[in-house]
Amino acid sequence: MPALAPTSGGSSGVVISGAAAQRRPRTAYLLLIPGLAWLAIFFVVPLISLFFTSLQAPTGKSGVYQPAFEVSNYLVAIQEYWPTFVKSFIYSGTATVLALIIAYPLAYFIAFRAGKWRALLLVLVVAPFFASFLLRTYAWRTILADEGFITSFLNALHLLPQGRILNTPIAVVLGLTYNFLPFMILPLYAALERIDPRLVEAAGDLYASPFTGFRKVIWPLSLPGVVAGTLLTFIPASGDYINATLLGAPSDRMVGNAIQTNFLQFRDYPIASALSFILMAIILAVVFVYIRRAGTEDLV
Amino acid sequence: MRWLRKNLIPIIGILVLIYLFVPIAVVAILSFNKPEGKFNVAWNQFSLEAWQNICGVPGVCGSFVTSMQIGLIATLVGTIFGTMIAFALVRYRFRGRSTTNLLIFLPMATPEVVLGSSLLALFLNLAFPLGFWTVTIAHIMFIISFVVVTVKARLQGMDPRLEEAARDLYAGPRATFRYVTFPLVLPGILGAALLGFALSFDDYIISAFNAGTLVTFPIYIWGAAQRGIPVQVNALATLVFVIALITVVSVQVVGSRRRRKLESTVSS
Repeated sequence: MPALAPTSGGSSGVVISGAAAQRRPRTAYLLLIPGLAWLAIFFVVPLISLFFTSLQAPTGKSGVYQPAFEVSNYLVAIQEYWPTFVKSFIYSGTATVLALIIAYPLAYFIAFRAGKWRALLLVLVVAPFFASFLLRTYAWRTILADEGFITSFLNALHLLPQGRILNTPIAVVLGLTYNFLPFMILPLYAALERIDPRLVEAAGDLYASPFTGFRKVIWPLSLPGVVAGTLLTFIPASGDYINATLLGAPSDRMVGNAIQTNFLQFRDYPIASALSFILMAIILAVVFVYIRRAGTEDLV
Repeated sequence: MRWLRKNLIPIIGILVLIYLFVPIAVVAILSFNKPEGKFNVAWNQFSLEAWQNICGVPGVCGSFVTSMQIGLIATLVGTIFGTMIAFALVRYRFRGRSTTNLLIFLPMATPEVVLGSSLLALFLNLAFPLGFWTVTIAHIMFIISFVVVTVKARLQGMDPRLEEAARDLYAGPRATFRYVTFPLVLPGILGAALLGFALSFDDYIISAFNAGTLVTFPIYIWGAAQRGIPVQVNALATLVFVIALITVVSVQVVGSRRRRKLESTVSS
């Protein structure tokens, strides 16, 4: 999460500490217990359960496994699926970069130029969440259809290597970019909105060109939003299998597909669990390195 | 040329908004279609058939009602738990704050396949029967985090002078909460609840792992995608979208009006 607000200092912090001083922390724990217990039981415990499942060994009966310490499950999963992992991260990485490029102007527009329309525009950005994810993704089959306007136009210009968009990686990346775009726009907006417009004016007063003003003032100040937005796009995109299934060819399947088919069709729970864990580990590693590089320690 | 340079950002912004809405428009337009074959992907002929007989295809409305029920229960529980955590985080000092923040953040940073598959691993290891309640449990889990983040931001963004004013007028902590804090935070809570409901109602991946033989609306759509999605599904989805959009806009209008009224009372 972007650092949404300071927890200490600032006028609100002073008031809160004044009010909180009179209250006992026992009330705080009572407020916390139900929700945190739920997260512990149905988020943390399942992850532990997933880890043990990933080490289970077959019993001979299909779909039934016994507790073991089968580390080789991980080797099998990596050996069999490493090309899928590479492909998944190429797709989700490309989609994240594309989303950043198209989300930035819109977030900038809402933050600095929208005036009284700001609230309405923000509603419009989240509005796609109210229309079915699956149907919206499926609608791209109509928009990108082989005989459709877009494909014909690009084909006339000989821009499509496979002569079509549907059932190619292009469609999968387009779908991922589209579906997670609001997750990019909102944090970008939150970061841009907090920039004092006078800083930009000051840059102008000091004879900085608009581009220099952007590069030296706005972009660095919006970095927390860029980091939060790219992560909120990259993470769900990496694990997604809806876009790959609905818009891609069988050869475009992602890690999500592998986890889903191993879990629900092959009932190979240990391999599916190992795949989940590897995906999680790679994402956590990427997040860690990325946050270090971007230097935004105040992210969580 | 100069005009274009000056207005480039608004133009791109509006184009991106259009991009966000094109697929929704396609879904809505195809709800008035009479498709040529099984697959409702290309325009053929105008028809109101799906709208007049919205439950005409077996399974559509049943799965819709199931998703509504799960969404309502999960949103209610998730919103209450999440709001409680948000209040504790903003208004109290306690030990274990960073652990709490991490526990809230992690479910949002975990891909849905991992959330879904790990819960399934738990339910399988416990031999817990899959169905309505396993899906509801899963939805409550991911709604809590979103509610905490939304309500927390709202609480932190509140003008502290409003509560000070109430205290200056000798309102006790309870009266301050009842007449000032809660009404001000309520739009934030409602917004969070709406978002939570939307996430639950629309969730496919986590539900698919934990549903067993239960069919929710997204699970129905997924199954139908292979053999052709009935036009009725488009009609129902369009209806939900329009109702949700109207609700959100009105919550926003009422909220900002109430805030303005309170703030003008304080400053005058």
